[in-house]
Amino acid sequence: MNLLGKLSWNVIPFDQPIPLLASALMVFAILLILLWITVRGHWPYLWREWLTSVDHKRIGVMYCVLGLVMLLRGFTDAIMMRSQQALAAGGAQGYLPPEHYDQIFSAHGVIMIFFMAMPMMIGLMNFAVPLQLGVRDVAFPTLNSVSLWLTASGVLLTNLSLFIGEFAKTGWMNYPPLSELQYSPGVGPDYYLWALQISGIGTLMTGINFVTTILKIRAPGMRYMRMPVFCWTALATNLLIVAAFPVLTAAFAMLLLDRYLGFHFFTVDGQGNMMMYVNLFWVWGHPEVYILVLPAFGIFSEVVATFSGKPLFGYRSMVAATMAICILSFLVWLHHFFTMGAGANVNAVFGIMSMIIAVPTGVKIFNWLFTMYAGRVRFQVPILWSIGFMVTFAIGGMTGVLLAVPPADFVLHNSLFLIAHFHNVIIGGVFFGAMAGYNYWFPKAFGFRLNERWGAGAFWCWFVGFYLAFMPLYVLGLMGMTRRMQHYDNLSWQPWLMVAAFGALVILAGIVCQIVQLIVSIRDRDALRDTTGDPWNGRTLEWSTASPPPPWNYAVLPRVEGVDAFWIQKRRARLGQPASVGPPGYEPIEMPKNSPTGFIIAFFAVVTGFALIWHIWWMAIIGAIGAFVTLLFFAFRETEEIEIPAAEVARADRAYQTGAAG
Amino acid sequence: MSIAVETFEEPYEPALVADAGPAPKQIVVAYGFWIFLLSDIVMFSALFASYAVLVNATDGGPTGAQLFNQTRVAIETACLLLSSYACGLMSLAIRSQHRLGTYVGAAITFVLGAAFLELELQEFASMAAAGATPQRSAFLSAFFTLVGCHGLHVTIGLLWLVVMMAQVAARGYRATVVRRLFCFSMFWHTLDIIWVGIFSVVYLIGSLA
Repeated sequence: MNLLGKLSWNVIPFDQPIPLLASALMVFAILLILLWITVRGHWPYLWREWLTSVDHKRIGVMYCVLGLVMLLRGFTDAIMMRSQQALAAGGAQGYLPPEHYDQIFSAHGVIMIFFMAMPMMIGLMNFAVPLQLGVRDVAFPTLNSVSLWLTASGVLLTNLSLFIGEFAKTGWMNYPPLSELQYSPGVGPDYYLWALQISGIGTLMTGINFVTTILKIRAPGMRYMRMPVFCWTALATNLLIVAAFPVLTAAFAMLLLDRYLGFHFFTVDGQGNMMMYVNLFWVWGHPEVYILVLPAFGIFSEVVATFSGKPLFGYRSMVAATMAICILSFLVWLHHFFTMGAGANVNAVFGIMSMIIAVPTGVKIFNWLFTMYAGRVRFQVPILWSIGFMVTFAIGGMTGVLLAVPPADFVLHNSLFLIAHFHNVIIGGVFFGAMAGYNYWFPKAFGFRLNERWGAGAFWCWFVGFYLAFMPLYVLGLMGMTRRMQHYDNLSWQPWLMVAAFGALVILAGIVCQIVQLIVSIRDRDALRDTTGDPWNGRTLEWSTASPPPPWNYAVLPRVEGVDAFWIQKRRARLGQPASVGPPGYEPIEMPKNSPTGFIIAFFAVVTGFALIWHIWWMAIIGAIGAFVTLLFFAFRETEEIEIPAAEVARADRAYQTGAAG
Repeated sequence: MSIAVETFEEPYEPALVADAGPAPKQIVVAYGFWIFLLSDIVMFSALFASYAVLVNATDGGPTGAQLFNQTRVAIETACLLLSSYACGLMSLAIRSQHRLGTYVGAAITFVLGAAFLELELQEFASMAAAGATPQRSAFLSAFFTLVGCHGLHVTIGLLWLVVMMAQVAARGYRATVVRRLFCFSMFWHTLDIIWVGIFSVVYLIGSLA
């Protein structure tokens, strides 16, 4: 028996300079960061305050850091694809061989969806939802930390594939039969499956955690119809996670059984049914689209209302539209594969359902427009992203309705028109939303604002770059170019692909602006400092506490009297009316104790996942036992909470009150 | 005065649960665990759907009607349902903090659950001996996965029960321990519900065909 399974020196891509160089650079960068932390002696602080933290705000920040770092990795893949396609026309073959190009487009999709967009959105929800609900933490703080680190495990496994072995060459959906052992004997699909199984468990636990938090843990008086819209969209998103991710888990489990134990779920032989994978995948996949975009809708609702100085137009219709989308998103999955041949009637039903889902989305767009109408709009960075979103998303939505027409879809299926469409809604919707939220809540998280000029620069580069990069793809789709081409012979496509590549460069400039924005803002943090806790003249409760908030968020739980709870408090104060809560009588606060459980379980999850990918069975058993023992330690721990003395709460609160008044 | 308009007094409404603030920990934990169980049921529903799609995809191999042994399944079902009954008795003993009752209830729950598992493994072994392995056909892949996934849940439940008894022995009836026991009991009953689905969809309908 081979102790190392399939692992050997041959799996390191010494013969392929690009992945080797890329992974060497990555390893070098990581070593440099670790060295810096060691030299500066930051390890105890990092371990105590961040890695073992169960504070929802810190977990939220770490999720966002993860998402932003993965944005760089995913974008590197993107710009490689754009440059390859700009070059590889006719006789030219470009610089990426097919087997490498296939891994790049698969990794790009997986990383951008699962490890950029998801962590960004979950991070912002983590940070803002408990604050907006006026409470001290989520329902299950330690579970929250486990979720974060399991997501990080998936990220680590995916990135390991760059250096050790290979990633899937099967596209980000990993369709069988191509992803079956018969056609993909390598470890690529195994990296894909185990990374997403592990991070998927983390996401599912996030869903459970947030549904429970929003439905059961709210400040006194925070009735459902008083919750900020972001909390509503977070509720819808997490309900979708709870209802959709188990299906993905089941589908991946079946594919794993096929690959590891010779089952016949999706194989060509044994009467397997490969279209069942496609169905199951999209029963998860379409809700996933809304899992990503609904929190973005919530962010835009907060930003538009705040920066227009008006309450959100049509609060109730916004809530209704959110919940309608939540339900309808489960009734449209078949539009991802009209070409399966389910028959005209089935296709018609799903086509019509897909068009109907545009109605609540349209309601939302009009609500945002009417909120801005007659408002005093302050054109700061968060609302730039929001306006950019409204224009871009409307275009993406309309091309989506086009694709929802089955006969049109038969022509456009798997063409670049589809690629342009979903980038139009995901960049224009999800990514713009993430950036609006990042600029909006950054001062709450760190106590200083982000630089406006570099922020605006980032927005304009992304906005213009997006149109340059993706509008040509619509044209190319109509010209008949299919997705995932490493090389093509039709020279009339090349000019359009060159424009698209130039657009990617403009987006790169946007990313550079974002990095500079962060560095400049940290350098000038004293000038950008916000002592009031309310830099944007906000409406919701998160702005009614210090920036950054103390670990317990609120010295005394706020009492909520309506939508825009903080706005009501501020008007009361302006009108000289007594606050609804009297002068605070400070009491000691019980807070959950930090715990390394999440980090250690994730470590063992990486060990187990890696071992399973490479068929190192003894190591997989050790990893599983390690995770179980960690869980036992957690279950038998003596103290679960620490008490913050009333004096400390009072001191922090008075410091904030003084700062806010000054 | 016009200020009166701006007092934001809402018309009288009866006190709502939402006005009380965060729910007590017991409710939050039970509610969260319920949501988890629902997600678990969603996962099983995907396995049920796959089974339904593949039930006739026997690839010339044995069908359900040729393989299923009604008597054994009936005994299995009885074991699992009685195990749940014992689990209910254990819950009553926990409520009155009766140690001996808790241990006896847990022991009966465990033994009946283990008997169920043993019978299921016998069934799998006899099928494998007859050449009806999951590698034989898509139908058998789906069968072993659906029933086996339930069996895996039962195994995890048994392990959990042992850990919980250790916790009762070491820590007594602490609030956290009681909450976890309550979650275990919900888990165990949910496995019954899923088994009723498996019994009907797999064994009953399968034997009719």
